[in-house]
Amino acid sequence: MIRIQNIHKRFRKLVALDMINAEFNKGQVISLIGPNGSGKTTLIKSILGLVEPDSGSISFDGVAITEGVEYRRNIGYMPQIGRYPDNMKIGQLFSMIKNIRNNEKEVDEELYYKFKLDTILEKSMRSLSGGTRQKVSASLAFLFNPDVLILDEPTAGLDPLSSEILKEKIIAEKQKGKLILITSHVLTDLEEITTDVMYLHEGKVLFTKSLAELQAETGEEKLSKAIAWLMKHGLQKKEVAYLKIAK
Amino acid sequence: MLKISKYVLYDIIRNRVMIAYTLFLFVVSMSLFQMEENSAKAVLSLLNIVLIVVPLISMIFSTIHWYNSYEFIELMLTQPISRKKVLLSEYSGVSASLVTAFLIGVGVPVLIYNFNETGMALLLVGSLLSLIFASIAFLASVNSKDKARGIGVALLLWFYFALIFDGLVLLILFAFSDYPLEKITLLLSSLNPIDLGRIYIMLHMDISALMGYTGAMYKDFFGSSTGLLYTLVIMLLWMIIPLLLALRSFKKKDL
Repeated sequence: MIRIQNIHKRFRKLVALDMINAEFNKGQVISLIGPNGSGKTTLIKSILGLVEPDSGSISFDGVAITEGVEYRRNIGYMPQIGRYPDNMKIGQLFSMIKNIRNNEKEVDEELYYKFKLDTILEKSMRSLSGGTRQKVSASLAFLFNPDVLILDEPTAGLDPLSSEILKEKIIAEKQKGKLILITSHVLTDLEEITTDVMYLHEGKVLFTKSLAELQAETGEEKLSKAIAWLMKHGLQKKEVAYLKIAK
Repeated sequence: MLKISKYVLYDIIRNRVMIAYTLFLFVVSMSLFQMEENSAKAVLSLLNIVLIVVPLISMIFSTIHWYNSYEFIELMLTQPISRKKVLLSEYSGVSASLVTAFLIGVGVPVLIYNFNETGMALLLVGSLLSLIFASIAFLASVNSKDKARGIGVALLLWFYFALIFDGLVLLILFAFSDYPLEKITLLLSSLNPIDLGRIYIMLHMDISALMGYTGAMYKDFFGSSTGLLYTLVIMLLWMIIPLLLALRSFKKKDL
């Protein structure tokens, strides 16, 4: 569904993405993990066309994303930090987005009601707390029932109850056979939903493995432990290399 | 595209700056017409104010508006809307409100006190200047990521067009006064939309003879209908070219 070929992106001196290749298909839930600044958000933004890669290509359903913007109709995006027009109210924001999307009939307002956004329609976006902002972002991402969901740190800043609501929603969408791309540092959150793990480090893909492969390879049941095991393993290899150079 | 412009306009209308700008223009125009016996003289004073204030406000307002609606732009770009559409909707929203403010603030008094060819020329020039400087401001702000730098660039450009340019032209004329410079002066004035606007109105006012030899030159060239057309075309280019350049860099911009 989404195919990424040899993507390279640098911001001045910093290489954000270094020759990334990947393919994501329907029914997969891909967890993008990696340390801060490893290029997760840049990769997501490249898929959305918000960041233009220096080289390489990305295609959506076989069509290059540079061909047009219609593919974005099938993507629901939840940004890491939701930034919205300050002097708009929640109600206005939702009606504006619906209006701009030509009042598409099939809207999924489950999260909108579950997060009780309908009770605070008159609140202006300026006055919202970080968590409420996240709720708005999440509701907007799921609103048009898209085939692909891209969620950048979805549970950051949400209270446990809301976080649980969102997770249930993600699982429900997964069962409908959607492609879900998700980044998070809370590995226990990912554990229940993920099918594949893509590990980024300094703009490179260190590995892409399915959850089952990971568990078999590391002998750990839990995702967090498996990743920890791999990181430790990877680091040890590096340390050996440094030692050799030192000698 | 109209749909997005509607939201841009809606946002601007709630902003009191636009209303203050309209009121300011209205009060200044009304008082000038009230004070001067001769309404043609009043138009001349009004012209000088329009040539300074309209470009300044258009640039500063457009720049600040651009940075304030950054979130809105980001949000639009995650939807199936092209960058071209987003930028042009922003531009049409901002420029429509600037032109409306000008036409209400200056247009109404002019229609009341000085409804003739010169008055109309003043309104046309003011509207064009609003469009031109909004377009230049868009170019400046698309190319500078942070707000302070964007506003700084906008102010510098305004200084250049409103003040420094005249000095430079004088310097050139003075330094090369031994040579025939008529054609060059014509060319030079095309490099500054404010100058073009001034000339356009002066010619309508029949005082170009006061502008000396070059004034007569201008009259000779611009006075004819082709000359007037030439000024208008160049001014339109001043609006279109910066906008196209802004569009080009906006398409490549990382958000």
